[in-house]
Parts: sequence; structure tokens; C-alpha cells
Amino acid sequence: MKTVYIIIRKEFKQIFRNKAMIPIIFVLPLLQLVILSNAATYEVKDIQIGYVDYDHSISSRKLIENIKGSSYFENPIYYESAAQAEEAILKDKIELVIEIPQDFEKNIIQANYPKVAVRVNAIDGASAGVQNVYIQQIISNFNKHIRLESYNPAQQSLNYSSIESVTSFWYNQNLNYKTLMVPGILVLIITMLTLFLSSMNIVREKEIGTLEQINVTPIKKWQFIVGKLFPFWVIGLMLLSIGLLIAKLIFNTPMLGSNMLIYAYTSLYLLLILGMGLLISNFTDTQQQAMFIAWFFVVIFILMSGLFTPIESMPIWAQNFTQLNPVAYFVEMMRMIMLKGSTFQDTGVIFMKTFIYALVMNFLAVWSYQKKN
Amino acid sequence: METTIKATNLTKSFGDFTAVDKLNFEVEKGEIFGFLGANGAGKTTAMKMLIGISKPTAGDAMVANYKVSTQADLVKKNIGYMSQKFALYDDLNIKENIQFFGGIYGLNAKTLQQKYQQVVENLGLENYVKQLVKNLPLGLKQKLAFSVALLHQPKVVFLDEPTGGVDPITRRQFWELIYEAADRGTTIFVTTHYMDEAEYCDRISMMVDGKIKALDTPKALKKEFGAETLNEVFLNLAR
Repeated sequence: MKTVYIIIRKEFKQIFRNKAMIPIIFVLPLLQLVILSNAATYEVKDIQIGYVDYDHSISSRKLIENIKGSSYFENPIYYESAAQAEEAILKDKIELVIEIPQDFEKNIIQANYPKVAVRVNAIDGASAGVQNVYIQQIISNFNKHIRLESYNPAQQSLNYSSIESVTSFWYNQNLNYKTLMVPGILVLIITMLTLFLSSMNIVREKEIGTLEQINVTPIKKWQFIVGKLFPFWVIGLMLLSIGLLIAKLIFNTPMLGSNMLIYAYTSLYLLLILGMGLLISNFTDTQQQAMFIAWFFVVIFILMSGLFTPIESMPIWAQNFTQLNPVAYFVEMMRMIMLKGSTFQDTGVIFMKTFIYALVMNFLAVWSYQKKN
Repeated sequence: METTIKATNLTKSFGDFTAVDKLNFEVEKGEIFGFLGANGAGKTTAMKMLIGISKPTAGDAMVANYKVSTQADLVKKNIGYMSQKFALYDDLNIKENIQFFGGIYGLNAKTLQQKYQQVVENLGLENYVKQLVKNLPLGLKQKLAFSVALLHQPKVVFLDEPTGGVDPITRRQFWELIYEAADRGTTIFVTTHYMDEAEYCDRISMMVDGKIKALDTPKALKKEFGAETLNEVFLNLAR
């Protein structure tokens, strides 16, 4: 045990001696947390919209007024023709255009299926869908109005019963995206930092030749591994603490679950990530190689973690893959514990899976370490 | 005399290729043993077996009374090693390096403090104690690395081309350190490409293609090959 302590002491000295590393480890990630949590949102607001009005009637103006009144859209920009509006879309000045044809009002009064055309730039399908929903809402409200204001008795008799759904949003009543993003981004930061640092740190000893020296000393392999990885386990937990503090103080993220449970899970999770870091370092000879390989995995893990796109809507093979994605577990876990207040019983399966995963990963890492050195 | 290294048919093959072929030699306590050979002759492979990081495929060697094939851990405890690559931690200072490399051999804090003071005094490092080791001149670094390899008073010290890239004056001083250590009873096993250094050894062996082709004192070798210098002996053998 004394040997492990001596190695750990040396590691901490080296890590904290490097003046440039302290901000890299503690300040940059937390800046990322603050910036990304504020910026990464799926909310679609302040949409640039254009309109073409061939009708110039009271009804058409009223419809445009309704759009103006919506908080989702900027003030609609008027275009004289559909061709001009199309050009504006090409130039990225507007995202969608609503075109009101001639005889719009006449058709309303005559109950002759009045129509408007909505053209949406659908390069980003998700936000195009949302924009379409917003505009449909406005149009359907507008519809209700005409029905009420209409003097056409034939239409008034169409007083069918309609179903109204009453929705209540659980766990995140205000649909606040920051609430969703903060725990997730904290996960990313902890994962990236500990994976990069641990994989590069061991390779560094190879690069400068001290690993050869270490191999000739009585230090046993397990002592070296534990001594090398323990500091990053501590740093991971420190990052978690600072991150949770920021989540509470700056974002007022709800923390319904037990903090103990979060720490318990993170401790386990870090073992998995550090094992992965060791594995990467075993198969690389330079810090550069280690960095690129770690980066390769991190990008895949992050983009398939369910943080930015829901796992449920991924193709089946990708959903199966997320079973091997540690970040997906951590994101799910953090959201469950922090936002839903899930307990150990609720999260037992993920705990178990992570535990087995960590065991396998560390076994592979230690095994390959012994083979390679 | 006490024997500290004894190789018996020590062999290492990689597939069909035999890098080290049945080495037999003995090195005595306090002896300075030069291990010479051209690049690729198998010196490094042989040394790796002797320091316990590579297992022999046949034969064996006793180092500090332990078998390298089965007691590598005990061998490692009783030897020191210094390679051509400077292997102290650049980003630690002298004291921290001593605390680390001494500590892992089980030296206590008090002993480490004494050793540290000794090393600083012996090498005249007073002006460098506050600096990181990376700021030391190369010659001093090498001397420090040698002193660190001796901290735990090993029975044998293995030096792998210890004076590569060092000026002749510093090399001379380095060899004085080696003599001091040998006088205290430490066995020195050193590889080198400098023939003047080989002259300083008590005995030298010359390795060619995985085998020891000659082994004797420098004087006897020169006589045997009718040569003026060890350089000639070396060229004669390696060709």
C-alpha cells in the first residue's frame, strides 16, 4: 500500500505542478457547462417568417396579425410575389413563407375550402416540423375564430363535439431545456476529461521512457495502475462536485434524488472510464495517438448518448449499440436521479450493468497492460 | 570471491531468430564488467533478461542470488538500473525524484532525507535544489540518475550506455562515481560503445551475433588479438 501511496503522491505533484493544466482541468470544463447549458437548446423561437398576400383582404390581414402576435415568430416580412419569397429562403433571410392566395376571404365566406400555402425550409427536419406545428396552431385558432364570427347559419350548425386533451408535464413542468441539458453536459465534461487525461497520462510515461525505469523497479503492475488512475478518479469526483454546485447555484436545476446516489454511481462510472483510458493507452505509443483514439470514442459516445437526440428514435442497431455506450448510462442515470428523484431500487439495473461493464473493461485493460509491457 | 551475476546457457529466441545464444559468464562482487557489442548483437536483449523484465527461453541466470526466470521480483528489488534514456521525472525536483525512486524500494523518510543531502553534496547540486530536474545540464542529470539508481544500495547496477551524448570531462567524472560505487562493493554491469570507457572496466565481454566471442581483461584481450587498442579488437571481432 505504501508503494501505491508514493505513486499517487508523485502523480498529484506532477498534475498540479503543470500550471497550465489546472485551468484546463477545472476552469475550461465548467465554462463549457455554463456556456453549453445556456446555448444547447432544442427550443425553436424567434423564427424568421415571410408572407405573400395576393388577397389583401381583412381576413388575410387578420391572419398575419395573428402570426405577428405569436411569440414564436418574428414580425413577418412582406413579399410581393412567391418568387421573391423563395429567393429570400435561398438567401437564408427567412425560414418559412406563408402564401395567401387570391379569393381567400371570399372562400371563407362561401365556406369553399379556403387554403393557404406554407413552405418551410426543411433542411433541419426537426425544427421544420416544430415550425409547422406552430403555424398550424395559429391557423387552427384562426379557424375557430371564423367559426364563431361567421354569420353563416350552415356553418354554425356544424357544432360538433371536439375532444380536448389536457396535458400536464411531469418532472419538468416549464419544459425548461436547461433542466434537461445541465445534468447531461456535466456528464460529458466528466467523461471527456477523465478519459483524455488518464489515457494520455500513462502513454506519457512510455513516451519519455520512465515506464521502462518503472518496470525495472519492484513496483507491481497493479500498484502502478492503481497509483496512476486514482488521481483521475478523485479529479472526476471533484469535477462532479463543482458541476453540481454550478447546476444548483446558476441553473437552479432540481435535485430531487439523493446526492449520495449520484456520487455512488459516478464513482463506479469513473472506474469504467478509467479502465477504458488504460486500455487506450496500452494500444498507443504517443500522447497524440491516445488523444485521437479517445476523441474517436468520445464523439460516438456523446452523439449517441441520448443527450442531443432521443435514443428511442434511433434505428434499432443504434439502440442496441447504446447498450455499450457508457455515456448513455450516465446521462440516463443523472436525469433519473436529479430530475425524477429515482432511488437505488429504480436504478438498480443500470448500476448492475455499469458494474459488469466496468469489471469487463478493467479486466481487459489490466490483461492487455500485462501483455504489452 | 562472491559471484553476483552468473549466466548459464542464457538464451532468448524470437521465433526462428536467436537473439541471445547460450551465454555463460560470471561477474564477481565489486567488479566493473563491460558488456560490449555492435548494435543488434543482442546486448539489450541479454540485459533485459538480467534485469528481470524479459524471460529467458532457455537457460537461466542468477542475479544477486535470485533466478531471473522465476524470481524476477526479488531480482528487481536488489538491482539498480540506469538506461541511456534519461529516466528521472523531468517535472519533479531532485528531492521529489529521490523521494519517489527511493520510496518505492521501501526507504523511510529519514533515510531518504539523508540520502538526498548526500547526493546534493557529492554531486555539488546546491544551486539546483529548487529547480526542476529538466533544467539540469545533461552531465549532471546523468550523474544524478546514477546516484538515484544507487539509493537503495543494490548489489548490482546495470548501466545501459550511461554516458551517451556526454562530454569527455563529464564522462571521466561519471566513471569516478562508478569506481566509488565498485569500491563499496557494488557490482557494475555496463554497456558502452566508447572504447576508452571499455578500458576502464575490470573485464569486458564482446558480443557478436548473440554469442560472447571474447571475455577477459582489456589488457589480456589486446594481447590475445595482437592489437594496440580495444578499438582494433572490437573491429577484428565484429567484422
